[in-house]
Amino acid sequence: MSWWQRLLNRRDLLKVGAGASAALVGAAALAQRTPNATRTADGHPIDHGGHGGNRMIGTVDHTKNGFDPLQLLTDWDYGKVSRLPNGQTLREYTFIAQEKDIEIAPGVTFPAWTYNGRVPGPTIRCTEGDRLRVRLINQSRHPHTIHFHGVHPWEMDGVPGAGAGEIPPGGSTVYEFDAEPFGCHLYHCHATSLKRHIHKGMYGAFIIDPEQGRPPAREFVMMQNAFDTNFDGGNEVYAVNTIGFEYARRPIPVQKGELVRLYLINILEFDLINSFHLHGNMFDYYDHGTTLTPTSRIVDTTMQAQGQRGIVEFRYKYTGQFMFHPHISEFTELGWMGMFNVVEPKDFPRALQDVGLNDTWNERALNGFAAKQKGSAT
Amino acid sequence: MSADATPVRKPSAVWAFALVPIALLGVLIAYLVITGGGLRELSGPPVEQVKVTRVTLPSEGLVRLQVVNDGPQSVTISQVLVDDAFWAFTASPSTNVPRFGRVTIDVPYPWVEGDAHHLQLLSSIGTVFKAEIPVAQRTPQPNRDLFWQFGLVGLYVGLIPIALGMLWYPWMRHLNANAINFILSLTVGLLIFLAIGTWLDALEFAAELPAFWQGVPAVALVALLSFGVLLALGTRRNGEEPSPLGVSTRIAVGIGLHNLGEGLAIGAAFALGEAALGTFLILGFTLHNITEGVGIAAPLVKKNPGWRAFVLLALIAGGPAIFGTWLGGFAFNPVLATVFLAVGVGAIAQVVWEVGGMVVRASRHAGLPNATWLNLAGVTAGVVIMYVTAFLVKF
Repeated sequence: MSWWQRLLNRRDLLKVGAGASAALVGAAALAQRTPNATRTADGHPIDHGGHGGNRMIGTVDHTKNGFDPLQLLTDWDYGKVSRLPNGQTLREYTFIAQEKDIEIAPGVTFPAWTYNGRVPGPTIRCTEGDRLRVRLINQSRHPHTIHFHGVHPWEMDGVPGAGAGEIPPGGSTVYEFDAEPFGCHLYHCHATSLKRHIHKGMYGAFIIDPEQGRPPAREFVMMQNAFDTNFDGGNEVYAVNTIGFEYARRPIPVQKGELVRLYLINILEFDLINSFHLHGNMFDYYDHGTTLTPTSRIVDTTMQAQGQRGIVEFRYKYTGQFMFHPHISEFTELGWMGMFNVVEPKDFPRALQDVGLNDTWNERALNGFAAKQKGSAT
Repeated sequence: MSADATPVRKPSAVWAFALVPIALLGVLIAYLVITGGGLRELSGPPVEQVKVTRVTLPSEGLVRLQVVNDGPQSVTISQVLVDDAFWAFTASPSTNVPRFGRVTIDVPYPWVEGDAHHLQLLSSIGTVFKAEIPVAQRTPQPNRDLFWQFGLVGLYVGLIPIALGMLWYPWMRHLNANAINFILSLTVGLLIFLAIGTWLDALEFAAELPAFWQGVPAVALVALLSFGVLLALGTRRNGEEPSPLGVSTRIAVGIGLHNLGEGLAIGAAFALGEAALGTFLILGFTLHNITEGVGIAAPLVKKNPGWRAFVLLALIAGGPAIFGTWLGGFAFNPVLATVFLAVGVGAIAQVVWEVGGMVVRASRHAGLPNATWLNLAGVTAGVVIMYVTAFLVKF
């Protein structure tokens, strides 16, 4: 009987002599397979709960977190805008490195390291050729940096041993460089240990618009991220913009026929790749967003390795609630799943209202590029 | 010390002396609770610990977990994952589990018969607690048919082989003194094997218990206590030799408790969907247990207590296997299992002591040293028989 614990791992024994056992205990009578009532069809959750039984219980307190994933989609940060003597646009930002407990799934807190108390950090939005001046103030208990993807001098690379290197607790520095090239980029902390500084939440989107802009569209930023809540080197909760299943609970309103543009960034830690799959539609994909013509056309799934990003463009032909998620089923079921609520234009105000959004959100979604042209500071 | 030296006091005053330390202890505890012993600044992050004590599949599409909080503070189960997917669930009475608290979590999950499923509980600070369903099969519900079938299994495993072993009794009666001593030594050998086996089983159950039960020390203490109690009972008539029937009864009790464990194992194997393992166990234990009948009958060779006594002894030794099968199959309780097995260890150890004493006395009567080569051969034979037949039940 010393096999008690091993009993738990010994399912291979089933292959031997199962027939004889059935006769002994009438095992056949014990279980008959019947269709299960709790499993509903994929794709159209009436209660916005998402994915049948595959969901989280409860809701996240966004007010306490200080950020709401629906607002994160469109909150472009243009910085404090002014003009340099040479006519160049100067954008100034202040990033404060802070430790903050955030609720990443209903009832589950994560001891995050953040830029400005939020995960992901502010979405920097600028135009190619702008001068960027980003002050980093470290108010946390660990050294941090900001490492920007893109083209810049070595001293501004935000890695240990280059320029100011790691900024110690209480310290600060200024990163200054020209924004180039245009594209959908990324910034993150590059202090060591690198994995921890990234998966703890120190990253954000860095969007450089091309001079001539892109065609008008409804624009959203989506950072594919995840959280290792027990620090075992594997993620427990997956999401875009931090909160698992949030866009399944509150689908993102879009209008039928309009162009939708996603700035999609993969900042996943511990898993090699992430992907994006759109239901009921095909999209054009611009790898890294550094081209004005798509790098792949009419696809419905794209793959991004760690740190990779791109721009996704599509229009919906039909109304309804369309799912989006990585075509990595595991991540989908662990929270990285959401919905677009595609409606007729006349139904749009109602769709906004349903998920607690207002016209400001709509304006920001539609005028990401135009607002920046006006040089408005947020 | 003389009685005069003790001042005479009223009984109430004497009680006050007894209460003073308790009152002062109360003050000390209050101080520690309020100040945290002055080490509050050193208090680290929360330590969360819960144990999933039982996973059952009561019906199609339902997984039920029994969770016990055996950590130092309360734990909130915020989310549940099944097979690496977040899943809807209900917790009763609450998702918040205080220390020593219990919660039943129901997950409406379409489990698949014959598959393995992995469960994870995610706490409010992100700690993960894991449990496993090795082979999904609907947990047997107590109904008349199954009750009867499980009972029959217990009968095959416990009662029948022991009764068969006892059928050697008429033959044993015709053996000479040396051969009887050999068989008693053989009994000692097989009991030693059973004691070790039961001890290890008890420890394995104990290891699965929530930490506050202190399973391993509890097993040792319960075994020791059982041994002591039985020893006291067995030697109360000073100088007299223990009656052969008394010795046989105690052997039967010890073996009975051991067989309860075997029944538990078989019942639990079927409850966990390990039907094939259960079948092996039934065959193995049946063969293994036939020697137990010999052991029980051995002390009786000089004095036949009558067939009724044999029936009773067989029931005491074999009956618990039936009870164990029911318990394991329908209402497995690791705490009870651990206690029963620990008592079994004590009981078996006590009869080893007692039967060993019989062998020694018999040797002295014959003018031989305590440990003869014959006795040693008997013990060895007992251990070897058990060891070899145990091949059938070890996986």
